[in-house]
Amino acid sequence: MNRINKLFSEKNKNILNVYYTAGFPDLESTTVVLNALQKHGADMVEIGMPYSDPLADGPVIQQSSMIALENGMTIQILFEQLKDCRKNFHLPLLLMGYLNPVMQFGIERFCKMANEVGVDGIILPDLPVYEFENEYKKYFEQNDLHFIFLITPETSEERIKKIDRLSTGFIYAVSSSSTTGNNKEFDEQEKYFSRIKQMNLKNPVLIGFGIKDKQTFDIACKYGNGAIIGSAYINALNGSADIKKTTQQFLESILR
Amino acid sequence: MSTNKNEKAPLGVWGVNEYGYYGEFGGAFIPEMLYPNVKELQDRYLSIIREDDFKKEFEHLLKDYAGRPTPLFLAERLSEKYGANIYLKREDLCHTGAHKINNTIGQILLAQRLRKKRIIAETGAGQHGVATATVCALKGLACIVYMGEKDMERQAPNVARMKMLGAKVIPVISGSKTLKDATNEAIRDWINHPADTYYIIGSVVGPHPYPDMVARFQSIISEEIRKQLKEKTGKELPDYVFACVGGGSNAAGAFYHFLDETSVKLVAVEAAGQGIESGFSAATTQLGTTGILHGSKSLVMQTADGQVVEPHSISAGLDYPGIGPMHAHLYNSGRGIFLSATDTEAVEAAKELASLEGIIPALEPAHALFALRKLQFKKSDIVVVNLSGRGDKDLDTYMKFI
Ligand SMILES: Cc1ncc(COP(=O)(O)O)c(C=O)c1O
Repeated sequence: MNRINKLFSEKNKNILNVYYTAGFPDLESTTVVLNALQKHGADMVEIGMPYSDPLADGPVIQQSSMIALENGMTIQILFEQLKDCRKNFHLPLLLMGYLNPVMQFGIERFCKMANEVGVDGIILPDLPVYEFENEYKKYFEQNDLHFIFLITPETSEERIKKIDRLSTGFIYAVSSSSTTGNNKEFDEQEKYFSRIKQMNLKNPVLIGFGIKDKQTFDIACKYGNGAIIGSAYINALNGSADIKKTTQQFLESILR
Repeated sequence: MSTNKNEKAPLGVWGVNEYGYYGEFGGAFIPEMLYPNVKELQDRYLSIIREDDFKKEFEHLLKDYAGRPTPLFLAERLSEKYGANIYLKREDLCHTGAHKINNTIGQILLAQRLRKKRIIAETGAGQHGVATATVCALKGLACIVYMGEKDMERQAPNVARMKMLGAKVIPVISGSKTLKDATNEAIRDWINHPADTYYIIGSVVGPHPYPDMVARFQSIISEEIRKQLKEKTGKELPDYVFACVGGGSNAAGAFYHFLDETSVKLVAVEAAGQGIESGFSAATTQLGTTGILHGSKSLVMQTADGQVVEPHSISAGLDYPGIGPMHAHLYNSGRGIFLSATDTEAVEAAKELASLEGIIPALEPAHALFALRKLQFKKSDIVVVNLSGRGDKDLDTYMKFI
């Protein structure tokens, strides 16, 4: 059973999914961060594959991506770093990035290697539903990878239903119409969250974008099965002298 | 398809299909955050631009505001030098100094009909930014223009013009601080303002339907060329049409009504920068591979790992690491002839036009002018060069070479 489905079958509330950028702050940080997140209470981890032109990202993740690229991070190196990660790491693991680097790597080869190193799901925000159904779906399916779709406050009910039908892992509900790391008022989004909750979707829902502390995490968990934190954690890692300690403090501040 | 008179020249296999593709290129590779806006455009752009009321206002503004039709000028001394009949399509005489206004007039009318209140745009040379600020002033709409910090320096006169027109110019400091990054920031702005904002893209790039929509608005260029050539020569079809290609909007407009006329050779000229192999170039078809940039699949200058590389051109308007999907298709299929000119060659051609014809071109079309030297013409050939803009904005650069 795919680890994502296994997780949701065992725990369907207060799921904490943490995003970080591969190769940030240092090229060799990737697995250090990964294991620290497991140790200090994350339920799921999403590793960002850095890209030069991350359209859906705000300044924080743009910056971490740029540093990671300067550090020399590539998809090839990421797979090498993750080759033995499953010896110690048991949580569901997702890769998030943009279509172009994956296309150049080769979608078939990418999916195969992702599966081999123990990845469970893929998020590519600029791979839209139409292209997914037409060309890409089969490669994810053949390699037991869940493809995760995003929905936003502007997504119509009909389209949410369609995305629910296509989804197999969970649905990524973007908290507000924005790029990552925004500071838009959270309370205004509660109407949208409860609208989604009332739709009784077949897939679990994780809420992300703008989740930055215990308060926003708790609101997200009230409506969804959990939440995704990215920019706030990258901010914490930025300039950290001790990744393990920073990670412990950060996760404790959310989960306390 | 339609009975619109603007569509009397069939595009044949060169037009966009219903999924937004030109051959293998195009599409709409956008995050879900942009889906409702892009979908609304896809569903409505054709019906809106076919409305009588839209066509009337578009034609009126092109004529009385932008100053169309622009002249088609037989450049006699240039013709003598290159041994052909060379005509210049004088887009440099448009209001604001470049072809860009054709597109911004079309898109502002569309934005109004979609009831959008806030207009955003990206700009490289500043010509598209000025053309957008101009129509926003005309229509009383708020205008925000994203411009790379580096471009703000080298095209300072256009920054001043945008400000005088009431636009807010936001310097972009991410990435290479040029057109590519300005486009990223404009798209991010659109993601953050999904309800009230309309994004006026400045070239035939971006997710479907932008490439097709912008090409249609620019197609007035070739529509006029056909008519004017007929009047002047008795023949509607030239032997060659030359245009420079940044994203490709002036080229798309100049080629449009000739796409399905196989006797017309379509010559697209890219910026070779310091030389194609120099590592400082913007010649996308020579250096690029298939990839995704700004929401469409096209040829993109990138590393083997799929990171977009920084292009280089002396001309801010050609300093872009991609080309529109229509041009990628013209290149791959062999329908288009793709040439290039370097920074210094472009300056040389600009100086030549100034001295032979008394016209100072912008740096961008100067690339197209230089490419005249690269083909062998027959004395009877009719060659049209699309003079996409005037050189006022580039005087600082030119002065360094005089
Ligand atoms: C005068 C002029 N020509 C050409 C271009 C390049 O754009 P495109 O390839 O879309 O025509 C620009 C862009 O700023 C321009 O200002």
